[in-house]
Parts: sequence; structure tokens; C-alpha cells
Amino acid sequence: MLIPHPLLGLRDAQEFTYLGDARLIDRPNGMAENAAEAFHDYVYLRDNPAGVHRELWFHEQGDRSWLIVTRDTTTHEILGAELARDVALTRRGALSEGGAQA
Amino acid sequence: MTQLSGGLIDRGRTIRFRFDGKDYQGHPGDTLASALLANGVTLMGRSFKYHRPRGVFSAGSEEPNALVELRTGARREPNTRATVVELFDGLEASSQNRWPSLKHDFMAVNDLFANFFAAGFYYKTFMWPRAFWEKIYEPAIRKAAGLGSLSFQADPDAYDKGFLHCDLLVIGGGAAGLAAALTAGRAGARVILADEDFRLGGRLLAETHLLDGAPATRWIDRVQAELDSLPNVRVMTRTTVWGAFDHGVYGAVERVSDHLPDPNGAVRQTLWRITAQRTVLAAGATERHIPFANNDRPGVMLAGAVRAYANRWAALPDGPVAIFTNNDDGHRTALDLAEKGVTIAGVVDARPDARSLGRYQLFAGGMVTDTKGRHGLTRIEVAQNGQTTWLDCGALGVSGGWNPNVHIASHHRGRPVWDDGLQAFVPGEGGPVGLSAAGAAAGQGATGAALASGAAVAQAALAAIGVDAALPDLPQAESEFTAPHPVWHVPGKGRAWVDFQNDVTVKDVKLAHQENLRPVEHLKRWTTLGMATDQGKTANVTALAVMAELTGQSIQNTGTTIFRPPYTPVSMSVLGGGDTGANFRPRRLTPTHKWAKAQGAVFIEVGQWMRAQYFPRPGETTWRQTVDREVLATRKGVGICDVTTLGKVDVQGADAAEFLDRIYANAMKSLKVGMVRYGLMLREDGHACDDGTCARLADDHYVVTTTTAQAGPVYRHMEYARQCLWPELDVQLISTTDAWAQIAIAGPNARKLLERVVDGVDLSNEAFPIMACASLTVCQGLRARLFRISFSGELAYELAVPARYGNALIQRLIEVGADLGAVPYGTEALGVMRIERAMPQATS
Amino acid sequence: MRFSGFRVIKEALTGHKGWKPLWRNPEPQASYDIVIVGGGGHGLATAYYLAKTFGKARIAVLEKGWLGSGNIGRNTTIIRSNYMLPGNEPFYEFSMKLWENLEQEFNFNAMVSQRGILNLLHTDAQRDAFRRRGNAMLLAGADAELLDQAGVRAMYPWLNFDNARFPIKGGLLQRRAGTARHDGVAWGYARGADERGVDLIQNCEVTGFRIENGRVRGVETSRGYIAAGKVGVAVAGSSGRVMEKAGMRLPIESHVLQAFVSEGLKPTIPGVITFGAGHFYVSQSDKGGLVFGGDIDGYNSYAQRGNIPVIEDVAEGGMALMPMIGRARLLRVWGGIMDMSMDGSPFIDRTPVEGLYLNAGWCYGGFKATPASGYSFAHLIATDTPHDTARAYRLDRFRRGYAIDEKGMGAQPNLH
Repeated sequence: MLIPHPLLGLRDAQEFTYLGDARLIDRPNGMAENAAEAFHDYVYLRDNPAGVHRELWFHEQGDRSWLIVTRDTTTHEILGAELARDVALTRRGALSEGGAQA
Repeated sequence: MTQLSGGLIDRGRTIRFRFDGKDYQGHPGDTLASALLANGVTLMGRSFKYHRPRGVFSAGSEEPNALVELRTGARREPNTRATVVELFDGLEASSQNRWPSLKHDFMAVNDLFANFFAAGFYYKTFMWPRAFWEKIYEPAIRKAAGLGSLSFQADPDAYDKGFLHCDLLVIGGGAAGLAAALTAGRAGARVILADEDFRLGGRLLAETHLLDGAPATRWIDRVQAELDSLPNVRVMTRTTVWGAFDHGVYGAVERVSDHLPDPNGAVRQTLWRITAQRTVLAAGATERHIPFANNDRPGVMLAGAVRAYANRWAALPDGPVAIFTNNDDGHRTALDLAEKGVTIAGVVDARPDARSLGRYQLFAGGMVTDTKGRHGLTRIEVAQNGQTTWLDCGALGVSGGWNPNVHIASHHRGRPVWDDGLQAFVPGEGGPVGLSAAGAAAGQGATGAALASGAAVAQAALAAIGVDAALPDLPQAESEFTAPHPVWHVPGKGRAWVDFQNDVTVKDVKLAHQENLRPVEHLKRWTTLGMATDQGKTANVTALAVMAELTGQSIQNTGTTIFRPPYTPVSMSVLGGGDTGANFRPRRLTPTHKWAKAQGAVFIEVGQWMRAQYFPRPGETTWRQTVDREVLATRKGVGICDVTTLGKVDVQGADAAEFLDRIYANAMKSLKVGMVRYGLMLREDGHACDDGTCARLADDHYVVTTTTAQAGPVYRHMEYARQCLWPELDVQLISTTDAWAQIAIAGPNARKLLERVVDGVDLSNEAFPIMACASLTVCQGLRARLFRISFSGELAYELAVPARYGNALIQRLIEVGADLGAVPYGTEALGVMRIERAMPQATS
Repeated sequence: MRFSGFRVIKEALTGHKGWKPLWRNPEPQASYDIVIVGGGGHGLATAYYLAKTFGKARIAVLEKGWLGSGNIGRNTTIIRSNYMLPGNEPFYEFSMKLWENLEQEFNFNAMVSQRGILNLLHTDAQRDAFRRRGNAMLLAGADAELLDQAGVRAMYPWLNFDNARFPIKGGLLQRRAGTARHDGVAWGYARGADERGVDLIQNCEVTGFRIENGRVRGVETSRGYIAAGKVGVAVAGSSGRVMEKAGMRLPIESHVLQAFVSEGLKPTIPGVITFGAGHFYVSQSDKGGLVFGGDIDGYNSYAQRGNIPVIEDVAEGGMALMPMIGRARLLRVWGGIMDMSMDGSPFIDRTPVEGLYLNAGWCYGGFKATPASGYSFAHLIATDTPHDTARAYRLDRFRRGYAIDEKGMGAQPNLH
């Protein structure tokens, strides 16, 4: 597989380490009232879709950036790749505007 | 033997070779199979189950019968298809799966009991008594099964791996492939043309078609010369593209020196990973046969193979040649052979309306119904209009039409689709992205059509990546094609082989049907159809058609099989690529490795690292003695140990403290500058995942240490937390595990020793207490970091210097500490001291 | 019809006219007491034990493709019970005991061959860990032997002892472990279930569950609605895909595991060898092919195919361990979809939907579990209580803090 790194272009997937579902970046608030339940779902449950999957890859043998790669799990077609940090910052912005996150 | 004129062999040179202990001669351009045929050898192998005598069946990599053990000693290579072995001087080969000899094989007794060995018989017996399976039945089965045998010696040859990139990969160098490569090469695209044969031309080499009125080799040579002259084109012969992987990555094996008596220092084979923007699959087609009773005798061959041996290699089995066909292609063999003066015993054409195309006896609407000849074909029985006659012949060419080589197009599990007009499966949807088939692989088998298709498909592929390519002038060639008449097997009582190597007959297919193992996958698994070394290249479609006939369904609805990589079997050695033995995985050496080695240290693997386990001295006879001495010396004087392998992560930034507070289970914000704290890291599921020290060198600068094993994962996790979980924090990380050599100095004399190397820093207990740390210099100006931490319960420090000074530093410490009793100690002594102090011992 | 050597001879002498279909091709009925979704090894075994051991009737197995087309149709055939944790070892040992009598029981030769499995060790720490595991196995009634280097050399003199990156210092041997003919297992269970009246329905894909008031009523299929008293799902590899239709998210990711077979060779490797440090394991089939494998590719996938880095990695491991296989050739590589669970251990449990049961999460170790998994799942469906050896395989074990984590990798499926 080849991963289109947003900064470095096409890179062999062998340079990367895989983590899994990109929803892991939405870490629940550990201080919230339902934290135990939220963490159970966050840590253990997965959508595991047969189709488009947003997932985290770490460019370990490269520039050490975490990417969110959008990939079809039935064909392995890659639909896009973003820097995870950019995605996380955008989500932060959106969330804090909505005032949801403490 | 029938020696013919012409052919693409160099009669000016002779090559000596040996088969089953007998010496023969051949010529450059020969394969082992063609040279054996030219020497009158038709019996080349034995089948898997019934040990039936077998001869060569094909002229290519689809060969099911002529398998040999090639070479001798540690280079012995079992199951090698004689049809693809280029003859070299001194070649030695032996037949396999027979005892004591190919001609007299005791196991041929199986053939007499074939009725008992019907498809799946072993699932129904050998169950009682229970203990007999491992002790009696299975050993007997295993001994009889298998084909060739390994030498049980390590492969002595060298192998390599490489990466290539191109705009267009062309798989196959026949008419379509050459046209495709020429189109793309002239357009300036980066082209790789790969062909499994040692000579470009594909099927053209086996035919007598004229291109622009001249022999095809003239056009091939001209195209090859032009391709060779283009710097953007790489032509790779002896190279098999064996698998299609994601995103345009293809696996290929180049047989660099398999055609030489000895690699002579060169690698034997190279594994290429080719990344292509677009791919043209021009892999040609494989002829199929028509099963009839006793159709497996040496001398019964594919009609196209008979033609190939006559035209390209000028060799045929003795005697007249007969043809059994259901299409015009079979007649072509008769015509070519007649042209060369070979006697044609007759052409048996299953089509009732068949027309003769030359001067030979035609049996229109006829069938071959039986054969004779124990070790080689002598006669065939022909049935026509209810009459049967026997024809004398030494060879029979069978043509049931051609199957496009769709294999690589289905490696991504795209199913081939049935084309009624072609009477064949062609590549379907769901193939590798960017791959399109051309020529015979796409059902365009006639030479003119293949040429045009190769050029057009390449042009379209290039257009898709923004390259304008003009269609080249292609030579005039014949373009006629008639689909085969759907005759899939000859009904009858005798055994009619479908899959030669695995001895699967039409009866076995019928039995699978009778026992309701009708889905294709059940058929394959029950009968072992297509499971042989040829992956059923000459068998699968025919078996499917027979099953379709039995179920009364169309072939398309009966289903099809999906071919798996590799296209042809690939040696384990080249896949391993030479990273074997001691080079199997990288070895990481500590900065003091050279010195430790000079001291006679015994090393131990810790993950990828080699660490000094203990430092034996003359006179010490057991590791225990050495370790006891190291522990006692450390407890009494001072011990020195390289602890560089522990992971180090430099953490800097305004929010470094906040970040580490979140990373560790315990607080790090409250840690004072110049101090160290033990820290515990947890996984998201609450389990401890790592522990180590955290030193604060400045308000915004920490150094985190990890265990040796977790250095990578902890750093990855910290980057994950920094980039994905808390991107708003102002913090930067870098792994410095390899940047700093870190040396533990432990024991009552540790401070005294350090004072001799540290530049002007007060190391007294008051000024530099337990858990203190500092950036300072040692040995007159070398920057260093000092930590007062202990993992062995002693007065202890860890001193870090830039990695390149590690070796010098440890020497200096030992030198200047001689009178203090300074000794190096290894991981074993470290473990002992930790256990003595009841400190946790890291798991491996 | 009873299979035997006598029968084979009789049929051979009478033109094989008497062989009957191994199973019927029944049309699906409108309703069943029990519907098993998934006609792979575990589903077929479940139906077999439901009918045979638990005396249930009106059972159907619904299979999307052909019988045995799940991971039982594409695995590396190893059977073993060499686990350490109390949640696992008794279950796998139960499975091993079922294997030992399986063929005589269901009258089908599945070629269960107790040729021994040897896990190689390379460091002192590994020896300690293997000794501990061996002891745990002995405590659970299994067999285990710790071999030193000489012991390993005596069994496999051609391993790379002398020029190895990871020198072989010994191994943990389970002699009762071995291999079985994977398709034969599926067919044996299918035939046994069919004989006892189970309807095996092929080409019947479950497209949805009908759930009313928290209770399952039946399944929607590509061949129409089928009502059911109870529904058991055993579709490892596709568990996430199927259970989503019942509104459940699972602690499972689907990953691809590649497996490999070489060309046929005369007897080369008598038993099963695993080389953990090199991510490689190997055995030889009765037909002569070396059957081997290594790590999963490591990313979510339903594509049933993998990529070249793992192929190279596995071949490197094989060559490092036994350089004498260099001149053998890889014949075929294929990929299967694995239910990779969060702790590497499976689930055999009820679900929040009444009457709906789940058997899932087998990672790449489901084949050896087939008999015990089928038996335990049948036990659960028939009696509504878990089988003794499968009590730990609960879906809520993470919530309760009872993960069964043999490898200690935590909740990261691609590391198990």
C-alpha cells in the first residue's frame, strides 16, 4: 500500500505504524459523570465498518506525524490523508465554540 | 526423435547436460524439455497420485507433468518445470516422485488400485483403530505424497531485493506487450516491460505467422532494439510478475543467473517491487485440452505446444502426429508440421462441419476416444459417425481453445467473466486499479488483434495519467479468430484426466457432483483440482465446464475460481531476499560496544540491542563467578554499566509540564528544576505500560526515560497524545535514545570517581542530593547530563554524554577509577542487585 | 450412510454408484426453533452438537456462500491447547479432547494428526515464560514439555542453530497438538448435522434481524424471511458487519491474515514449529505442501487479501529459521478476515437482545477451537447457561475488568 502523506507525497505503508479507528482522537472527558461508561466504549468498542474507514497511521520511519487516512476496507482504496493534528485542532475549535468540552 | 530444420536454437554451439544419469546434448535457445524431446526422451515424470508415466504437455510455465529436480547438492531445486529451464552447460536434472527409476516405478501399483482412490476416498476410511492414523496410515500417505524432495542443506546462493517505479508496467513481451511498450516508450513514458521467457516475442516465437510478410522475429528484433535504445524503457526478460498488490505495487522475480551453470558471485534471483501508475496485462493465453480416455500418455500434448516445439525448438516426439481439436487453431499445428515434412496421422475435429485447411486426413465430427502406449503414445482411437479406427502416431496435439491468462487481473479478487463469443473467461470488474488487459489476455488472441489491442490499451492507460501517446505503425498480420466449438470432454468409460498433475479425472468431477460437492470451491477441495504446482492453469476451466454440464447450468452460473498470487511459484529464498542468518534482523550496538567487546564481554539480546551480560576475567570458569565478582565489586567499590538502551525522550515547550502531567499517572508539574522523579505510565485501559525517570532540566525542558523494550511504543504514544489528543499544548518531542550514551556509575566510590571527571561541580550530598540532575561538562568541556538515580540500590549516578563519546568515557572512567576498584558490570549483575533490593525486574 | 474402509472397497468394485450426497440442499422453511448464522466451522459444529448432544430439532444453518467458506476454508490447520491463562487453557484443552475423538464420533476422516507443536525459545526470559506456561498447561490437564537446545536439535537438526540472529535455546513442546484437515472438519460436521436433520442452506445471506420488544423473532435473508426461536451468530471475520444489523457495536476489528503454502514436497517437517521471534510458523500437509504463516498485515480490512511486506517478512522468518527451505517455492498465498478482539480472546455469550447469541472474536486462532466452540455455543443456546470451560468469554468482560489478555498487549487488536 502507498499512503499519500500530505507533506511528503506517496509513501510506502511499511514506513507507518497503524493504530486504528480515528475516533480515538475524540477522547472522552475523564472527569465527566459518565466517564467510566464513555471510556469503556471509547477504549473497547469499534464501528469496524466494511467500507470507508478513517484511521490513524503514524509515520514512524519518517517525519513522525500522525495521519488520519481515509481508506475503504473492502478495496484498500485510499480516499485521502490529513495531518491528525490539524484535524484535532479543527475539532477542538468546533467543540469549544459549541462550549461542549471543559 | 524427430529432428526438424529451422527453429530459434543455435546449432553452432553444443550444450552438454544430464537427465537421470544419462548424458545428452542440446543447443543455446533450448529448454530442458525441448532438448529432451530432441534427444528422443518423451517420458519425463510421474503423476502425483497414480504415478502414471508422463511426458511434457505444454511449452510454458503452465506445465503440469514434466517436473524435475534441477541441479544437485545444496542447489537441488525440486518441482522445476522442464519447460522453463534454460539449458546450460553441465545441467543435471532428475525425475522425481518415482522409485527406483522413472521407467520402473513401484508406486505405479497405485494405478491398478485407482478405483479405490477415487476423489475424497481418504475422508471415508483410515479411521480405525484411532491410533493407527499417526503411526501407520499417515506416514504411508505422506511418504507416497509430495513430489520432489529438498536437499536439507542451506541454499548457498545470494539473493537481492529492489524497488522500481514506472508510469507503465507491461506484463508480457508478446505481440500485445511489445506493441504496448513501443507505444508508451515512444511517448516518453517510463516503461517497464517484463517477460518470463528469456527471449521477447511470446507466442510469436512459436508461430510461423508473417509480420509485414517477414518472419516475426525480424519485427521483434527491431522493436527490441528500439526499446533498448530508449532511456525511459527498461526491458526485463527472465522476469515474472507474480502478484498484484495495492496501489499499483507488483511483485516480480528476475532470474538473474538461473540460466548459468553457477551464479559466479552474482545473485541468483532478485525480488523486485515495482510501483506502476498504470499496467497493461499482456500475459497471453493458455491453451486448454479436451479430456478423453487415457489422455495422459507421454506424447499427448497441447496442440499449441506441439507447434511451439516444432517451430521454435525444431523437436518433436518420434512418429506421425495427430491432432484433436474443436477449433481452427488445431489445424494450424497440422499445417505448420506438414510444412516441415512431418507426417500428419490425421486431424480429428469435433466440429461436424469442420473443413480441412490443408492436405491431411480430416475426421470431421470425430473424437479421440482412447490411446495406447505405456511409456509413450503409439496409437489413438478415433470415433467418427459411430465408427472407430486406430491411428498410429507418436504425438497427439489437443486443442480445446485458449484461456486468457486472467490470473493477475483476479489477484484483487475480481472475478473473471464468461464471454460466450470467445468461449472463455476474460478479466472482469474489480481487478487491480490501473490495470487493463490487452491481447490474448483480453481475448484478443489473433496476432493482428493482439498488436492493435496492445497499442490501444497502452494509449488509453497513458491518457489516464496525462501522457499523449500516438499509435505506432504496426505490421500487417493475420487477424482471423474462430471461437472453439464447445466440446469440453469426450464421454466414455475410461479415465479421462482433467488435472494431470493431481490425477483428477472426469469421473472424479462426476463423483463430486454425485456427492453434492458442487460449488466450485467444494469441487476443488474434494478432488484437489487446481491444487497442484500449476494452480490448475490447464485444468480449472475444463473442470468447471464439466460440472456445468452435469448440473445443467451455464458456465457463468457454475462460478469460477479466483487465482491467488503467485502467478507461478516463487522460491522462498528470493522472497526472503537474503536477509537471513545473522542478518535476519538489525542489531543495535551500544556506544560502548567496541570497548566491551575488547574486554571480552559476553553479550545478550535485549530486543534489537546487544548488551553486555557480564565481563568474564581470566580464570573465571562460570558466569556465576563473574557475576558474583561484579556485584561484590560494585557493592564495595564502584561498578560501571552502559544503560544507553533505555529510551530517552526530550520534552520541551511552555506546556511541557502540563503535557507530562497528563502522560504520567503521577504529577510532573510539581517537579523542581534540577530534580528527577520516578514516573508511571498507564494505557487507556488502566494497565501500567511503562515506567522510568523524568528529569526536569529547565522550566520548559524535561527528559523522559523509558524501558528498553518500550522506547519505541512510548515515544509513539507521546506523539499520539501531543498531536491527536492535546494539539493545543505548546510542546515538542524528540527521541534521543541514540543521541546520548548513558552510563551508570554505582557503588560507595561512585561520587569519588565522578569528581575526577566532572568539571567543577559540587557533588556533595547537600549540593547534589538523591534524585538531583544537572546539565554540566565532563573531561574539560564535554557537555554532559548527570542524574543521581539508582537502579541497583547503591549510591549511584547516571552520566550521559553525546553518543560518540560513550566509548571514550567508559574507558576514562575505568582508567581514573582503577584505584577506587572501578569495574564494568553487565545486565546479569544489574539484575542480581535489583533483586537483592527487591526492585521490580523488567520483563523481557 | 456409514463411511468405512469396507464401504470404500465395495463402492470401488461397484462403480461408485452407491455414494450419496454428503448433505441435502434443502429449501429454507418458514421457521425454525434455532437458526445458526454462518456455515463455517463454528456454525456447523454448533448445529451438529445442538442436534446430537443437546437433542434439539428444527435447526437451520444459513450460509452466505458455500459450506465451509469461512476461515475454516483458509487457515493453517493447527490444533493445540498451549495457553496460559485460566480463562483460556481449560477451554482449549476441552477442544483438544474433542479433537482426539472427533473422527470416530462423526464418522469422517478429518486427518487429525497429533504430530506435536514446538514453540521455540531464544532467551532466558522466554524460557521462564514458557516454563510458566507449560506448568499452567499441566495444571489444566494438558501435556507440555520444556526442551533444551539438544532436545530441539534431536527433533529438528536442520534448524538454524549456528548462524542465527536469534539463537535457539530450547522450546516448549506439546506432543498432543498437531494439525487437522480443515475442509474435512467442516464437511464432517456438516454431514453429521445434516444426518441429524439440520437444514444446511447455502447461498443464503442474512440481511437483517427482526427484533421485537428486545427479543429476536427471526432473520431477513436473501432467500426471504425466516422465523426463529433463537438465533446464534457464528460469522467470525464478519461479526462486526452482521451484528451491526442487530444494532450492536463489538469490541472487534476485522483484519487480514495471510497464509501460505509451498509446492508439494516429500516429507520434510514432521510436526508444527513456531518461531515467535521471527513471526513464522510452519507445518507440512499430508499432501506435501509446507503450510506456513506469520503476522497479520496490521490494518482493518475486509478485502481477503494482503500486501507484499508481510509476504517478504514471513519468508524472511522462514529462511532465517530453516535455510534449507530456500529452494522450495511458494505456491499460493491467500488472505482471510480475522475478528481481532480487544484482548485477543473470543466471545461466546448472550447479547442484549433476548434469544440472540454471539460466537465471535477468534482472532487468528479459531480453527483449533472449532469443536469446543461449537459445543459450548450449542450448550449456551440450548440451556441458556455457559459451558463450564467457556465462562470467561463474556461480552461485558472489559466493563467488569476481566480481560483475557494472553499477550498483555491491552486493547489494541492489531497487536494480538
